[in-house]
Amino acid sequence: MAETTTPNRAAEREFTVKARTQSQLIVRRFFQHRLAVVSLVVLIAVVLLAFVGGALWKYSYSDITPDNSVPPSSDHPFGTDNLGYDEFARVLRGTQLSIEIAFSVAIMATVVGTVWGAVAGYYRHVADSLMMRVVDLILTIPILAAGALLTKKVQHTGWWALALVIAALSWPAVSRIVRGQALSLREKEYVEAARALGARDGRIIFRHLLPNIAGQIIVVVTILVASAILIESSLSYLGFGVQNPDVSLGSLISGSDTALQGGRWWLFYFPGIFIILICLSVNFIGDGLRDAFDPTQQRVRA
Amino acid sequence: MTSDSALTTPARTDSGPGDAGFDETGFDEAVLAVEDLTVDFPTPDGVVQAVRGVSYRLRSGEVLGIVGESGSGKSVTSLAVMGLLPRTARVSGSVRFRGRELIGLSDNQMNAVRGKKIAMIFQDPMTSLNPVYKIGYQLAEAVLAHNDVSREAARKRAVELLELVGIPFPEKRIDQYPHEFSGGMRQRVVIAIAMANDPDVIIADEPTTALDVTVQAQVLEALRAAQLETHAAMVLITHDLGVVAGQADRVLVMYAGKPVEIGPVDSIYYGPQMPYTLGLLGSLPRLDVRSQERLTPIQGAPPSLLNLPPGCPFTPRCPLARPICQTVEPELLQVAPEHRAACHFSAELRGHPDPAELFATTTADTQLPAEFGAAASTDAVPGPGEVHTVGGAIDTGEEELP
Amino acid sequence: MFAFAVRRLLVSIPVFLLSTFFVFILVAYGADPLGQLRAKNPPPSQAVLNAMANTLYLNRGLVPRYWHWLTQLILHGNWGPSINSGTDIGQLLGSSLTLTMRLVILAMIVAVFFAILAGVVSAVRQYSKVDYTITLIGFLFLSLPVFWFAILLKQLAINFNNSTGTYFLQTYGANTPGETGWSAFSDAIGHIILPTIVLAMTSYASWSRFQRASMLDVLGSDYMRLARAKGLSRRRVMIRHGLRTALIPLTTQVALDVAAILGGAVLTENVFGWQGMGTMLISGIEAQDTNVILAWLVVSAIIVILFNLIADLLYAVLDPRIRLG
Repeated sequence: MAETTTPNRAAEREFTVKARTQSQLIVRRFFQHRLAVVSLVVLIAVVLLAFVGGALWKYSYSDITPDNSVPPSSDHPFGTDNLGYDEFARVLRGTQLSIEIAFSVAIMATVVGTVWGAVAGYYRHVADSLMMRVVDLILTIPILAAGALLTKKVQHTGWWALALVIAALSWPAVSRIVRGQALSLREKEYVEAARALGARDGRIIFRHLLPNIAGQIIVVVTILVASAILIESSLSYLGFGVQNPDVSLGSLISGSDTALQGGRWWLFYFPGIFIILICLSVNFIGDGLRDAFDPTQQRVRA
Repeated sequence: MTSDSALTTPARTDSGPGDAGFDETGFDEAVLAVEDLTVDFPTPDGVVQAVRGVSYRLRSGEVLGIVGESGSGKSVTSLAVMGLLPRTARVSGSVRFRGRELIGLSDNQMNAVRGKKIAMIFQDPMTSLNPVYKIGYQLAEAVLAHNDVSREAARKRAVELLELVGIPFPEKRIDQYPHEFSGGMRQRVVIAIAMANDPDVIIADEPTTALDVTVQAQVLEALRAAQLETHAAMVLITHDLGVVAGQADRVLVMYAGKPVEIGPVDSIYYGPQMPYTLGLLGSLPRLDVRSQERLTPIQGAPPSLLNLPPGCPFTPRCPLARPICQTVEPELLQVAPEHRAACHFSAELRGHPDPAELFATTTADTQLPAEFGAAASTDAVPGPGEVHTVGGAIDTGEEELP
Repeated sequence: MFAFAVRRLLVSIPVFLLSTFFVFILVAYGADPLGQLRAKNPPPSQAVLNAMANTLYLNRGLVPRYWHWLTQLILHGNWGPSINSGTDIGQLLGSSLTLTMRLVILAMIVAVFFAILAGVVSAVRQYSKVDYTITLIGFLFLSLPVFWFAILLKQLAINFNNSTGTYFLQTYGANTPGETGWSAFSDAIGHIILPTIVLAMTSYASWSRFQRASMLDVLGSDYMRLARAKGLSRRRVMIRHGLRTALIPLTTQVALDVAAILGGAVLTENVFGWQGMGTMLISGIEAQDTNVILAWLVVSAIIVILFNLIADLLYAVLDPRIRLG
């Protein structure tokens, strides 16, 4: 109160710890989370391997090689399947598709869910009730069930249609989180102040509410990426997602369902490990971001 | 009514039993003796020295006020006495209750002390009670923790306790939940819990800070009643000098984790020997001095307790600061009977200088007063200093653990 | 409390009706029940197509069609005709639902139990080795694709059975036909163990994270400190004040996740060859059998609404602040 009106040099002298900006603090806290940093490196490596490595690799995912069902070797690092497809090329292709789909889902669902939730939370009353009932309705349906039904209809349109379906079923969860935040933030003094100054609603939502929920939203994005990969691979496994001749990590495992029993373990483990690797690293990055954005969860080491 | 008025009433004359120097008397007389207590918190940025050597003795029946800004280590000291600090805290020094060392006791051994011998009242009554249990359950729980009595007996005692702290219709209120109580009423319940086992020491950690000014006096009254009823000695932690003046026999002023002045209330209020104490008193509104003068704030903020530089921690804000203050931290030395202060230049404060004058010279905003004076006269708004010191509070921030 | 329950129950009814309408639209636009018929070689005559469309009420507008379907369902308990004339949807639903709910409920109980245990231990021992291990396992489970883990577990069980010569752990179906009495019971247990582990895994992972966070929240609260200041033992305070309060938010979370568990059951049943709701849904979608899909979605909506109702009531029981509101 009074302090704010009397900025003084005397106080500045006393700080022995250098003042840091908010973003520096967040970055610093993120890099203190060792697993998150390792995960970031792993994720970047996987993405590079899939997109760059996939383009450079001597086989394409659609090449049929003369080797049928051979175990991993230097020529086929992940072995081949019974038709002679090079599993390494196919896993890289599947990873590409899974990542493309997951990130598209995350972006679409975050944008829609954030705006929806912020508007509902900001306007409250009738608008809020109506908008959240829509959210509730969608949430009563298992994503996998509705996803299977809808992707069956669009499965020959391309991967983006699949992404669109998953996003359409994922955004309500985002809007719930954002709405909760918006509801509490709209009571804060700086929002009141902006309103008192005559700021328009749009300005308040986009300039005052959303930047203050940014931390949570970024964490939600990571959750969405991980869940989108799992949903996509599940749908593809059940035969509703990515269709032949294209491949995804899920459809690769689906094809290898009996491979494990038949001893061709490489067809089962490699695509599965790639799914786990992506999801695990994304989840850890999310955890690191959560720690970084939430100073109340500061860790005190013994 | 408000705490300021306590200051304007003539000084209290009963300044506690015993006139000898506070540490000359053997500690048989002391219920609680804290000796060179230090508390460190390791953090990723380094070690935070929250408490850097606190010593005090509490005589039976006495009220000791501990005063200081947020982060001065007042609350951490008391939590250390109770053995309730987080496990990461490193505590050293000695805390003796009736001669028995408490530091180093196992958690189970401490359970017999907590609530029974030493009880504690926390700052925020809104969060101190568990929302899912009835008031009666939470009171009876305190009784049953130390007494082998039936549930009915515990319940009877709970009703009795509620009555003692001035809650109307205790028979009915006992079956209600915390959310059905106002803040002041909840704090009364917390006080009732503290007195449930007739403790010898009650530590009240800012018991009125979170409350409305209008109910503060009532809660203080309840607290006083509880103390008289149990004949307990009390440690009253606050940043409200008005409360201290009205309630305490002796005062301990803390700054940056260390006591900087300790002594009887009158001696401190009328003859502070440490510039910080003087500054605190200068920022109090006084009704007995009819003047148009603005209140004098202490410029700056308390230092970070992380990597504290050598010397007196008050140096950057101190009007008396000289080169020696930057290198040597002063000891607590006797300056008057029972009154000790930690300042190299205590002697210069003997003449009771006007805090406004003393602190005005150091303020970095010497050009500001004119500006604000003008603003105040044209808009007829109170000067900024008054905002700073409502109720004599130094600030209303919460004591934060690192 | 009783009034609260009744009020809450009444609120569920419009929610249910609304969700049936929503599901109806979804299926009406999402599925094409005549597709299979049309794709037949040689193509069937227009008369056959029309007859089928007529049976399925496809030649009406959306709203009358919905009204017909809803009244048939509510007044006569009739789920409508399947495109396979031999299938009675009500009967199919009955047998599938029993199987699936047995699995779902068991998996939920297992997941809740271990999630509370792990979450509490993790929070109380925050940043210890135990906490890190539990956290790591939780993250791993969250990242495992259900179907992949199921196949892996199935193979491990087969290897285990082969190497030990025991056949207690079953990997296919919900039970062996023809068993009776005690052996039928133990046979059913042998069949349900692996699917339960698989289905419980993901929920356990997310709930244990959730429980850890809410327990940490409570551990830092003032009333925990006051309870300790009364002289109560750490153990008593943890259970009476900590756990009791930290369980409240979990009830809501569990109810919110029911839909996801039903989705997970589809995958689990698929891998372990259970003839439950999962199989019903997948064959329904593959055949584009509108009324089968509808029945599945409506039942899942009922389950979700029911669980939310239970969670709300439980919440009110656990938290006195809600009860009066």
